[in-house]
Amino acid sequence: MNFPILSTIIFLPLLGALFIFISNKKNESSSAIYISIFTSMANLLLTFFLWYSFDKSFSGFQFIEEKNWISGLIKFKLGIDGISILFIVLTAFIIPICIISCVISVKKRLNEFLIAILILETFMIGVFCSLDLIIFYLFFEAGLIPMFLIIGIWGGPRKIYSAYKFFLFTLLGSVLMLAAIIFIYWAVGTTDYTEIYKLKIAKEYQYLLWLAFFSSFAVKTPMWPVHTWLPDAHVEAPTAGSVILAAILLKMAGYGFLRFSLGMFPIASEFFTPLVFTLSIIAIIYTSLVALMQDDMKKLIAYSSVAHMGFVTLGIFTFNKQGIEGSMFQMISHGIISAALFLCVGVLYDRTGSRMIKSFGGVVNYLPNFSLIFIIFVLGALGLPGTTGFIGEFLVLLGAFKINYLVAILASTGVVLCAAYMLWMAKRVVFGNTNNTIVTKLKDINFLEATILIVLCLVSIVFGFYPEPLLNTMDISVNGIIQNHQNELTVNLINK
Amino acid sequence: MEYLVIFLPLIGSIITYFGKSFGNLFSQIFSCSMVVISAVISCFIFYDGLINDNYGNYLIFEWISSGNLNVNWSIKIDPLSSVMIMVVTSVSALVHIYSIGYMSHDPHKPRFMSYLSLFTFSMLCLVVSDNFLQLFFGWEGVGLCSYLLIGFWFKRETANNAAIKAFIVNRVGDFGLAIGIFIIFLIFGTLNFEEVFLLVPEFTKTNLGIFGGEYNVITLICVFLFIGAMGKSAQFLLHTWLPDAMEGPTPVSALIHAATMVTAGVFLVVRCSPIFEYSQFAMNLVAITGMITALFAASVALVQNDIKKIIAYSTCSQLGYMFFAAGVGAYHIAMFHLFTHAFFKALLFLGAGSVIHAFHEEQDISKMGGVWKKIPYTMILMLIGTLALTGFPFLSGFYSKDAIIEFAYLKDTSVGYYACSVGVFTAFLTAIYSWRLFFKTFLGKYNNKSIPIEKTHDSPLVMIIPLIILAIGALLAGYFFKDLFIGNNSTFWNESILFLDFVKLENIPLWLIIITPTIITLAIPFSYFLYIKDKTILDGVKNSNLPLYNFLLKKWYIDELYDFIFIKPLKKIGIFFWKKGDQDTIDRYGPDGISKFIKFISNKAIQFQSGYIYDYAFVMLIGLSALITYLILN
Repeated sequence: MNFPILSTIIFLPLLGALFIFISNKKNESSSAIYISIFTSMANLLLTFFLWYSFDKSFSGFQFIEEKNWISGLIKFKLGIDGISILFIVLTAFIIPICIISCVISVKKRLNEFLIAILILETFMIGVFCSLDLIIFYLFFEAGLIPMFLIIGIWGGPRKIYSAYKFFLFTLLGSVLMLAAIIFIYWAVGTTDYTEIYKLKIAKEYQYLLWLAFFSSFAVKTPMWPVHTWLPDAHVEAPTAGSVILAAILLKMAGYGFLRFSLGMFPIASEFFTPLVFTLSIIAIIYTSLVALMQDDMKKLIAYSSVAHMGFVTLGIFTFNKQGIEGSMFQMISHGIISAALFLCVGVLYDRTGSRMIKSFGGVVNYLPNFSLIFIIFVLGALGLPGTTGFIGEFLVLLGAFKINYLVAILASTGVVLCAAYMLWMAKRVVFGNTNNTIVTKLKDINFLEATILIVLCLVSIVFGFYPEPLLNTMDISVNGIIQNHQNELTVNLINK
Repeated sequence: MEYLVIFLPLIGSIITYFGKSFGNLFSQIFSCSMVVISAVISCFIFYDGLINDNYGNYLIFEWISSGNLNVNWSIKIDPLSSVMIMVVTSVSALVHIYSIGYMSHDPHKPRFMSYLSLFTFSMLCLVVSDNFLQLFFGWEGVGLCSYLLIGFWFKRETANNAAIKAFIVNRVGDFGLAIGIFIIFLIFGTLNFEEVFLLVPEFTKTNLGIFGGEYNVITLICVFLFIGAMGKSAQFLLHTWLPDAMEGPTPVSALIHAATMVTAGVFLVVRCSPIFEYSQFAMNLVAITGMITALFAASVALVQNDIKKIIAYSTCSQLGYMFFAAGVGAYHIAMFHLFTHAFFKALLFLGAGSVIHAFHEEQDISKMGGVWKKIPYTMILMLIGTLALTGFPFLSGFYSKDAIIEFAYLKDTSVGYYACSVGVFTAFLTAIYSWRLFFKTFLGKYNNKSIPIEKTHDSPLVMIIPLIILAIGALLAGYFFKDLFIGNNSTFWNESILFLDFVKLENIPLWLIIITPTIITLAIPFSYFLYIKDKTILDGVKNSNLPLYNFLLKKWYIDELYDFIFIKPLKKIGIFFWKKGDQDTIDRYGPDGISKFIKFISNKAIQFQSGYIYDYAFVMLIGLSALITYLILN
C-alpha cells in the first residue's frame, strides 16, 4: 500500500491542533470543540481501518514508511506489528473520550487544552509507530511537554510542584536513554531498529545499555522506588490529564520494555530478570498497602496503577507466552479501567470540588446511574472474571508461575489487597449514609458523561468475555519476541 | 435447552435491572418466571439424564487462547452437574417467589430480584463448567453477588462491612484456588477437567520444589484447591464471613448462604474427586477440617441469640459434615447431604425470615417465645425443618447424616473412626441448639416488651407456599432419593465421581445404627426441660463456667484474633510505607533532595555574582596567584 496511513494517523491530530490555533478566538470555543472531536474521531476510524487491514498472520513490521531525514544519519522510519497496533487503537480510542470529558469540565482556556491534547495524541501515536531509535526518543520525550503544560496550567493547587516533579523524574531517566541511543549508533552504525535487531548488539555492551533504557522506562512505568511522581501528578492533573497519563503515557514504558529492552538486549534482559521481579513484587505489595490508607480518591487510584503496572513488568520478563500476552492485556485493560475510574472521580470532583473519600458517602442515593458504573469499574480494577482486568492478571500470574513459584504467589496476594482497598473505597464513597449535605443536592450523570462511561464499560466487559480479537492480533508478534529471545539465549550458551 | 437453563436467569437479571420503569410488579413476575422456567427445564434435564443417559458437553464459544492455554465457555451436563443445576434452580425459584412477599416493603425490589437472578446465573456457570477457569469465573461471580446482596441495605454500616468482609475472606480462599489452578496448568498443561483427570494417575509420583521443600504435586494441588473450597464453604479459619453475612435480607441467606453458594466448596471437592483420591494427605486434611468445623460451629451455635446467626453456624457445621464425608471418600453421600441440606436449611432460613417478619424485624430469640398460636403455619414448617436438620428418623436429614456416620465407620481407618464419633457427637449438639432455637422462639412465655403479642402475624400466602414446597422436600427428599444417590447398586454417579478404594468393612453394627436417632430423639425432651421448664440449671452451668461461655459467645475470639494479627498491622504498615517510605525517604532524598541540593549550589553561585568590582578583582587576584604558584612549582 502506497498511501502513508501511519503518517496520516500521526499527523492528523497535529493538523487539527493547527486549525484550532488559526481559528482561535477568545471566549469562543465551539469551533475548537467541533474540530477536535472531528479530527480525533476521524483518527479513530482510520486506526480501525488500519486494524482491519492489518495482517495478523505476519510476524514482521507492516505499513513500513521510510524517508531520509538527515541523510545518512537519521531515517524517519515507521512501521507497526501486532503489539503496537493495539496501543495505537487504544490511544485513538481514549483521546476522543478525553476531549469530551474536557468539554464537560474544563472552564478556562479550553481551546488551548484541546490543542495540547491533540498534539499529545500525535506524539503518543508516534511513539508506537517509530522504528528508528532517534525518532522514538523524540516522540517519547516530546510527549512530556504537553503533559507538563496540562498539569502546570490546568492543574490543582500544588500544580507547579507536581509538574516539576513529573518533569524531573522522567527527564532524568531519558537523558540516560539518549546517551545509550548515541552509543548504539557508534557501536552498530545505525539507529534503525530493524537493522539493530538483525545485527545484534555485542553482549558486553548490553548490560549497561539495558540499564540506561531501564532507567527511562522504569520511571515512566512507574516502578518502585521511582513511582512517587505519579500520585502527585495524578492528584494535581485535571481529569483529562489523569486519563491520558494513566491510560497511555504509562503504557509507553511497557511498550518500550517489550520492543526495545527485550528486542535489542535479550541477554541483559534475562540477566536482570531477578531485579525486575523484585521491584515488581515490591510495587505490587507496597503500593497496595499504601493505597489502602489513602484518603484522596485520585491518589488511591494512582497507587493502584503502580500496583497494576507491577503485574505488567512482571509479565513481560517471564518471557513466555502467557506472561507477555497477559502483560499486553493488562496494559490495555488498565488503560480502559483506570481511565474510567479517573473519569468517575472527575464526575464527582466537577460537582463538589472535592476528591476526598470522607466528604462523600451514600452517593448511590443521589447518583444511582453513576454509582452502578463506578462499581462496575471498581470490580474491573480488582480483576473480577468477566472483565478485562481478570484476563490480564490471570495470564500474567500463570506465566509467572511457570518461572518462579514464589514470585507468582507473592504477586497473587496483591489481588487480595486490591479487593480490599477498592471495595473499602467504594463502600465509603458510594454506600453508607450521607454525611455531607452537598452530596444530597448532586445531579446524576448527564448524557455525555453517561455515553463515554458506558462505552468504556462495554469495552471492558465485552473483551472480558471475548478477548480473542485482542489476543489474536498480538499472537504472532508475541511469538516472534519469544522466539528471538530464545534464539539469542541459545546462541549465547553455544558461544560459552 | 441446556442453554436456556443457564441464560434465562441472566436475561431475567438484566431486563429486571434495566426495566425499573416497568414497575415493581413487572420486575417480580418477570424474574420469577424466568427462574421458574429454568427450574422446570433443569428437572427435565435431570430426568432425561437419569432415564436416557443423555449427558454431554456443549460448547458456547472460545474464551481465552494464549499459547498452550485454551479455555472455552461451555456447558457440561453430567450426573453431578445435573443434580447441582436442579438444586440451584429449584431453590432459587422458591426464594424468588418468597422474596415477593418478604421484600414487599422495600423500595428497591427490581434491584433485589435482579441480583438474585444474577446470582443464579453465576452459580449455574460454576456448576456446569468443564474447566477450572470457567469454574473460577462462577466462583468469583457468586462471590460478587453475595457481596452485593449482603450489602443490599447499603445504608447500614454493619451490612457494608459484612459485605466487604465476605468478599475479602472469599478472595483469600480464591487466592488458594488460583494457585491450585496455576499448579494444574504447570503440571498438566491444560485446565479442562476431563483432560486433567485423565493425566492425574501418571503424575502421582511427581514432586514439585516449592517453599524450600519437595512436595507431591497431587497433594499440593488438592491442598490449594481445598483452601479455595474452605473460603467459599466457610470452613474453620475462613468461616468468619458467614455469620456476618446474615446482615443481608433473609431470602439471600436462604439461597446463597445455606442452599447453594456455600456448597460450592463441597461441589469442587467432589468434582475433583479424581484428583483428591490420589492424595491421602489431602483427603485427611479435608476430613479433619470438616470435623473441626462441624464441632466448632455447633459449639458456637449453642449460645448465640440471633436466630439467623444460629442457623448460619448450623450451616457451617453441616458443611463440615459434607467435607468430612468427602474426606473419608464418601463423595456421593456428601452430595446427598448437600441435596437434602438445601431443602431443610432453606426451609429453616425462610421460616426464620417468616418469624422475623412476624416480630417486625426482631432477630433476638430471647425476645421471642410463646407465639406458636399466633403463627401456626410458620411454627409447623419450622418444626419440620428442625426435625429434618437434627436427623429425626425418616426425614431427609436422617438418611444423609446417618449414611455419613456409617460410611466413616465402615472405612475402618483412624480418620474414619474419628469422623464417626465427631459425627455422632455433633449430631447431639445439633439437636440441642436446634431445639433451643425452636423452643425459645415458639414456646414458653412471650418475652418481647416493645411489640405487643397481638401485633405479631403470620406471613402472606406468597411466602408460605414456597415454604410448604421446601417442607415437602425436607420430609420426603431423603426417602425418595436415597437409593438413587447412595444405594449400593446405584450407577447414577457413573464416571463423574471416582472411588479408588471403597469401604473396608461390610456390616454396620446395630448399635451404630440406633445410637444417633436415639440421641437426637432424647435431646428433644432434654432441651425442652432445660430451655422451657427449668432455666435455673442452665443459668447455674453458665455462671460456673463463665469463661467457657464467653469463649463460645465470642465465637472462639477468632474475629478479634484476625483483627489483631492481620487488619491492624496491615493498616499500620500501609501508613508506614506511605509516610516513611514514600514521603520521608524516596521523595526526601529523591526529587526534593536533588532540587534542594541544586538550590543550595545555585545560591552559592549567586553569591559570586555580586556585581561589585572589588569582588571580581579579588577572585582574579586569587586565580592569578594560584597560576603563578603553579608555574613556579613546575
